[in-house]
Amino acid sequence: MKTPSVPLKKKKRSSVWVTLIPLYLFTLLFVAGPLVYMFVLSFQTRAEVWGVVNQFTLDNYKNILQPVYLNTFVESFKLAITSTLLICAIGYPFGYFMAKLSPAWKKRVMLLLMIPFWTSSLIRLYGWIIIFRANGTLDKLLMGLGLTDSPLKLLYTYPAVVVGMVYALLQFMILAVYSSAEKMDWSLVEAARDLGATPLKAFLTVTLKLTLPGLLSGVILTFIPSMGLFFIADILGGNKVVLVGSLIQDQLMKAHNWPFAAALSVVLMILTSLMISLYKRITHTTELEGIL
Amino acid sequence: MEETILELKGIAKRFGDTPVLNGISISIQKGEFITLLGPSGCGKTTTLRIIAGLETPDEGRVILNGQDVTDTEPNKRDVNTVFQNYALFPHMTVAANIGYGLKLKKRPKDEIKKAVDDALALVQLEGYGKRMPSELSGGQRQRVAIARALVNRPSVLLLDEPLGALDLQLRRQMQLELKALQKKLGITFIYITHDQEEALNMSDRIVVMNGGHFEQIGSPAQVYDSPRTSYVARFVGTANVLRGTVEAVEGDALRIQCAGGCAGALRRGYDFAPGAPITLAVRSEHVEFTKDPAACGLPATIREKTFAGGMLRITLELSDGSTLIASRHGIDMDVRTGEAVRVTWAAANAVPVDVEASEAK
Repeated sequence: MKTPSVPLKKKKRSSVWVTLIPLYLFTLLFVAGPLVYMFVLSFQTRAEVWGVVNQFTLDNYKNILQPVYLNTFVESFKLAITSTLLICAIGYPFGYFMAKLSPAWKKRVMLLLMIPFWTSSLIRLYGWIIIFRANGTLDKLLMGLGLTDSPLKLLYTYPAVVVGMVYALLQFMILAVYSSAEKMDWSLVEAARDLGATPLKAFLTVTLKLTLPGLLSGVILTFIPSMGLFFIADILGGNKVVLVGSLIQDQLMKAHNWPFAAALSVVLMILTSLMISLYKRITHTTELEGIL
Repeated sequence: MEETILELKGIAKRFGDTPVLNGISISIQKGEFITLLGPSGCGKTTTLRIIAGLETPDEGRVILNGQDVTDTEPNKRDVNTVFQNYALFPHMTVAANIGYGLKLKKRPKDEIKKAVDDALALVQLEGYGKRMPSELSGGQRQRVAIARALVNRPSVLLLDEPLGALDLQLRRQMQLELKALQKKLGITFIYITHDQEEALNMSDRIVVMNGGHFEQIGSPAQVYDSPRTSYVARFVGTANVLRGTVEAVEGDALRIQCAGGCAGALRRGYDFAPGAPITLAVRSEHVEFTKDPAACGLPATIREKTFAGGMLRITLELSDGSTLIASRHGIDMDVRTGEAVRVTWAAANAVPVDVEASEAK
């Protein structure tokens, strides 16, 4: 009985390995491969006319240190932080109260959150142009109400970009907070109240602490994309707001400087990873809702 | 034991169209161990939540320490609760859980630490302060929940089926410990359970609840030996309930006609006229068998004999088709299934119940 069991075990193991092959292949091909390619590319030299010459250089990274490019990084971080803070301020209460709705209303609100995803995000952004442009919907509304005398000309301004970012990424925060608030045991809040906590104190010491994983993954889910959503800055910010994302896109598509675009991407990736690890260190989170 | 600590006056509560409490009133003394006993859905937990302030009654007042706290927020009431699911904060250590209330009161750190250590010692969990609730067993969590509520030294401690999730052995042990703890601290305990044995074991007074009202309030002995209603008789200690007619009243003794036979009972302060209908409660251990054909008794047939928990349970069928349970200590007795017998009981052991006309006593 003992001898045949050994090859049987081996067979089992190899079959498990076989089922994992697609996963490894996919990861190598679509995750590791492009990253390695991008990393290598960032050390290569741009060809005179088109493409890349296989010659090692650090110039691409030195280039980034020019004030104009450094400033773009700073601006991008500022915008990402502003948008993320606004998204927290709107998304957290939204997700929190959504979790307290009756099951029927939860379904309805969830549907409303999902409907925008059925339309291309680009088309939805054009909707904001109609709202923001001079003498657009917003201007007409404000002037009609007598709040302003002349058009605000909000399109192609920084606030317009922030609104676009918040609009595009809010759902991720809401869903992340909702998923952790939904799992909350509300009797814990009652216990806190029973032990002498005011509603605010109970919220701060119990509810907020227990929904923090949701909030934190919401922050990560919104902060990272808001660093790179170049088309929002392009469409709603015109050429006035230049972000790292738009810079990379310009270098890639317009200037055809692939190595520099690669170097910018590598730096962006490293900075973002650093921010996240720092953030995780500060907030002491190991588990994040929905991701990681 | 003279001082009233908590008073409920005509508390009524409905959830939507469903009435949950129909005007309940009770006065609870300082240091009393009082149990609300009833099946699930009878309004026990709602009563407790109204006392804690987690629910507002539609009608009636809650008086705590002489003050009307009906509209007072839960955090301002000198009352703490041990929740059914313990409701320990999962993100805090055991010590932080227990010290939570004191920390909110802004007590100095070393005082909190001492109080927490004392509370842990009280529930025999010394050295567990640094653990997280998830690292504890059910019984240990239970103890932490009790310590967390007791450390604030409330006037009244509310316990919502605190032993419900524990296995039988641990339950028995915790019953004794809780009772000892309550005596030691002199804090009023209001304890919820659906387990009549638990209620009889621990309480100074038992409140039997049914459908949102109090069926009977009394000491365990009163509730067990002199149930007021057939509901109490059935729920506490599963007594037999029989209907009959009063045949004769001889001083304090009643002769009753029921199920094709004759039975005796005591008047127990109620007034009965011959011919009046009567309902009797007789505990199974008081049901006796007689061979004397002249004696007062009910003809019955033995249907079943089962042995459980050290007791022999004999199921009898009376001539009107109703069932009667008799029980005996020991594993067997000299009767056979299918045999015809006559059952009887001492008059003192039959309690008239559901008597509404005269509330004498």
